[in-house]
Amino acid sequence: MRPILMKGHERPLTFLKYNRDGDLLFSCAKDHTPTVWFADNGERLGTYRGHNGAVWTCDVSRDSMRLITGSADQTVKLWNVQKGTQLYTFNFGSPARSVEFAIGDKLAVITTDPFMELTSAIHVKRIAGDSTEQTEESVLVIKGPQGRINRAVWGPLNRTIISAGEDAVIRIWDSETGKLLKESDKESGHKKTITSLTKAADGSHFLSGSLDKSAKLWDTRTLTLIKTYSTERPVNAVAMSPLLDHVVLGGGQDASAVTTTDHRAGKFEAKFYDKILQEEIGGVKGHFGPINALAFNPDGKRYGANKVSLLIYNLLMELDVVVCCVSNEPCLWKVEIYGSTDVFII
Amino acid sequence: MAAEVMLMNEIEATAAQMGIDMNIDFSSIQLPPGENCGIISDDDDVYHDDQLEFDSGFGNVIVVDNLPVVPREKFEKLEGVIRKIYSQIGVIKEDGLWMPVDPETKKTLGYCFIEYNTPQEAELAKEKTHGYKLDRAHIFAVNMFDDFDKYMKVPDEWAPPEIKPYTPGENLQKWLADEKARDQFVIRAGTDTEVLWNDARQSKTEPVYKRTYWTESFVQWSPMGTYLATVHRQGAAVWGGANTFNRLMRYAHPQVKLIDFSPGEKFLVTYSSHEPSNPRDANRVVINVFDVRTGKMMRDFKGSADEFAVGGAGGVAGNSWPVFRWGGGKEDKYFAKLGKNMISVYETETFSLIDKKSLKVENVVDFSWSPTDPIIALFVPELGGGNQPARVSLVQMPGKEELRQKNLFSISDCKMYWQSNGDYLAVKADRYTKTKKSTYTGFELFRIKERDIPIEVLELDNKNDKIIAFAWEPKGHRFAVIHGDNPRPDVSFYSMRSTHNLGRVAKLTTLKGKQANALFWSPGGRFIVLAGLKGFNGQLEFFNVDELETMATAEHFMATDVEWDPTGRYVATSVTSVHEMENGFNIWSFNGKLLYRILKDHFFQFLWRPRPPSFLTPEKEEEIARNLKKYSKKYEAEDQDVSMLLSEQDREKRRMLKEEWEKWVSEWRRAQEEEKLERQKLRDGEASDEEEEYEAKEVEVEEVLDVSEEVLSFEE
Repeated sequence: MRPILMKGHERPLTFLKYNRDGDLLFSCAKDHTPTVWFADNGERLGTYRGHNGAVWTCDVSRDSMRLITGSADQTVKLWNVQKGTQLYTFNFGSPARSVEFAIGDKLAVITTDPFMELTSAIHVKRIAGDSTEQTEESVLVIKGPQGRINRAVWGPLNRTIISAGEDAVIRIWDSETGKLLKESDKESGHKKTITSLTKAADGSHFLSGSLDKSAKLWDTRTLTLIKTYSTERPVNAVAMSPLLDHVVLGGGQDASAVTTTDHRAGKFEAKFYDKILQEEIGGVKGHFGPINALAFNPDGKRYGANKVSLLIYNLLMELDVVVCCVSNEPCLWKVEIYGSTDVFII
Repeated sequence: MAAEVMLMNEIEATAAQMGIDMNIDFSSIQLPPGENCGIISDDDDVYHDDQLEFDSGFGNVIVVDNLPVVPREKFEKLEGVIRKIYSQIGVIKEDGLWMPVDPETKKTLGYCFIEYNTPQEAELAKEKTHGYKLDRAHIFAVNMFDDFDKYMKVPDEWAPPEIKPYTPGENLQKWLADEKARDQFVIRAGTDTEVLWNDARQSKTEPVYKRTYWTESFVQWSPMGTYLATVHRQGAAVWGGANTFNRLMRYAHPQVKLIDFSPGEKFLVTYSSHEPSNPRDANRVVINVFDVRTGKMMRDFKGSADEFAVGGAGGVAGNSWPVFRWGGGKEDKYFAKLGKNMISVYETETFSLIDKKSLKVENVVDFSWSPTDPIIALFVPELGGGNQPARVSLVQMPGKEELRQKNLFSISDCKMYWQSNGDYLAVKADRYTKTKKSTYTGFELFRIKERDIPIEVLELDNKNDKIIAFAWEPKGHRFAVIHGDNPRPDVSFYSMRSTHNLGRVAKLTTLKGKQANALFWSPGGRFIVLAGLKGFNGQLEFFNVDELETMATAEHFMATDVEWDPTGRYVATSVTSVHEMENGFNIWSFNGKLLYRILKDHFFQFLWRPRPPSFLTPEKEEEIARNLKKYSKKYEAEDQDVSMLLSEQDREKRRMLKEEWEKWVSEWRRAQEEEKLERQKLRDGEASDEEEEYEAKEVEVEEVLDVSEEVLSFEE
């Protein structure tokens, strides 16, 4: 299978999300229009028109019926995936940075940026089964962390919310009371802004990437630091393979410095690490700008180990989504696994 | 001087005008504690205590004694005169001139205090006006305010210095006796300075000593590795010891910028340069020479930066460091400085010029000591538009006899390269072509150790090639040259002993089109790293000159520095903070195998700890080389043990990690199972948890690729 280039966005991409089955891909970009694609052939299925600002984030319900998007236009919108119609709009006083549906899709966690005199906040909204009954009301609002909260996700059984952001601290909150339950240790934790956070398929552990040039693996329930992956560049994006014990880190220096440096100096490759041994085992070369997100297609395992999709996009140069698949045919980016005769091709 | 004389006249004139009586009563003059009172005590402690008091806060105050004692009416006049004299030297602080008055007689007391903006100005004022004759009866005695305490402490009666019982010092060479025969290096990254063992067998480092803010600018090993020198605002310090690093000695030199050890590490030269108060003046340079072990200052040199500017046509190329170059090998007998039309050679027995005068050489622009013998090679450029040819001379010290001289014609520039044993000297001469529009390069090769010092001329195959780098094989007879104008230059190897004729230079080989611009010979010779730094982004080629074959090519992206360890077993390449990214270092084996790499942000320095020269005689060394197999058996066995142990440890580590991971996974699975019902409830009874039930399996496959049988014959 050849890599698929999905052309459609006019401004840099910001976020990508596969649905649970792995057949649909949702993309967000600075061009205000989230787009849905067929993951298999890259055909554009439709767009979601209505936002009036860069769209930073999205999530799709388990049954692939509803999409939630967060935007710099200070709104979070619910959409009908099939029809592309707006179901509801939540209004905030500041841009929405991350959204996630809870298990069961009856709750959603939304983070908003600090803006004007408003501080950053984590909001929990009840999502009504029937959208005509949807209300603006928040179930819970958590404030406290300094600076932007780049990511907030649900813990096991929706009992906790895990947040991370500019203050480099990972926090676990009680999702009922909003009480702070745990904080990552200053010594062993990240030293700089946490840019990304991704959960394992079963939610038991999660991986955080930071500008301090490392990614860390944590136990979701106890916030125990399990592994640290050190790299040579600021980490913008992290992903965990659903099949193999691999983690992938992507990053690079600031976009502002990209044009002035050799592409090798920028360190734009996605790096593969052995999840357990914490050793660098491979890399994907060929990027021209910093990698800002990575994603594995969850459908991979249904087709067997031979087909793990890795989704890579970068913010600066690429307006196109590129999907590469593990297959036996050559494609755009090769993953070299060092010291092995196998060449994994994504 | 002219200014001072004028001043003198001015004062007299003013005095006459004002009708001041310049003949002042002798008895009213208080005798100052003059310079001679500052006899340096033999007692080390007193000396050091004083030397090391850096921050009394009065370093910029001088005391001028032997002033006329004047009544109140004349006070202002005298103050004006003094201010006039002293404000010429530096900026006197506001209210910085204080002349005390006897409260009873209202007369001045014959001395005053002057506070400058900087200690340097105060120092200069003391130097310039001490002994200055205001008139016959009033010869200024100027002292630093800080020195008074010191003089006060000098006892009136001489007491024999107390002889301290001998306490054996630490074994400063203990690192050489490392059981695993490892080498040390020092790195500086961020605010940390760290000494580490290079444990190449285990592909890692082992810490020896680490300290934050150990130095304020840089660190430097002494040439034989005994000391590590650190540089601070107040001066330099050396560190060493058997198992750790203790401070062994301090050398006070405020605002020291540069330091240099003598090759035998007996002496330390420190340098500082100070902004003049008058921006038109040149910077003031202070150079001190210390005895490393006692910490005693042996000699100081002070002057304007111009006097210490050396090299370059006309001597305006600025200061090149070291200003003083040490000669005569490890005995530290001589050191020399290039001056205008002369080379000043000092000897360390008396710290004065040999024969009390400098070596006069008209228009000399460069010189260089033989690394082993007291021989100076000097270069005089062409003069009189080519009427007087350029020349290179070899001069023997201390006799100053000229051993050999070579005239060179139409020379534009010249560089001298000594071979490390002092056997050969290569002079790279850039000559003008006939049109004078371009230059080409040739080499003059001197065989120092042979009778009459024969000279041979070598030109490259293509003599228009630009020379990019030149390097002698340490202790050997070969040299390497990078030449060519292409983006990918050629590298050629030559030997001073061709196979047919031992007295002739011969080319060994030329490697075409290499991405190299720097040469790094192994300290043991034979191996060389051809490095492409800067524009070539860190290309490395490990080359065996005996076999004339490339052992390995590699890249350390953006590498800025390459350094062989003192034994020639390992090579360190580093990316220092001149680049923003990639900072850190790689350790390679001599044949180009990457052993390990360490990344450090804000990486400034990587320095191998040097080793003193071997005590083995050349015969013994040769014997060892011949029977290397016998000697190396033991080490090979050790190596194998270590590598077995390592792979065993590695396996063990992997097993542990896997086990630990399994524990986590099973814990997660258990929790997942426990929560299953609740999760179902959250999903309105939907039971699909399938994606959460993955299982990772590890499969090991062994394949037999080929089986072949061979009969081996044994000959013993």
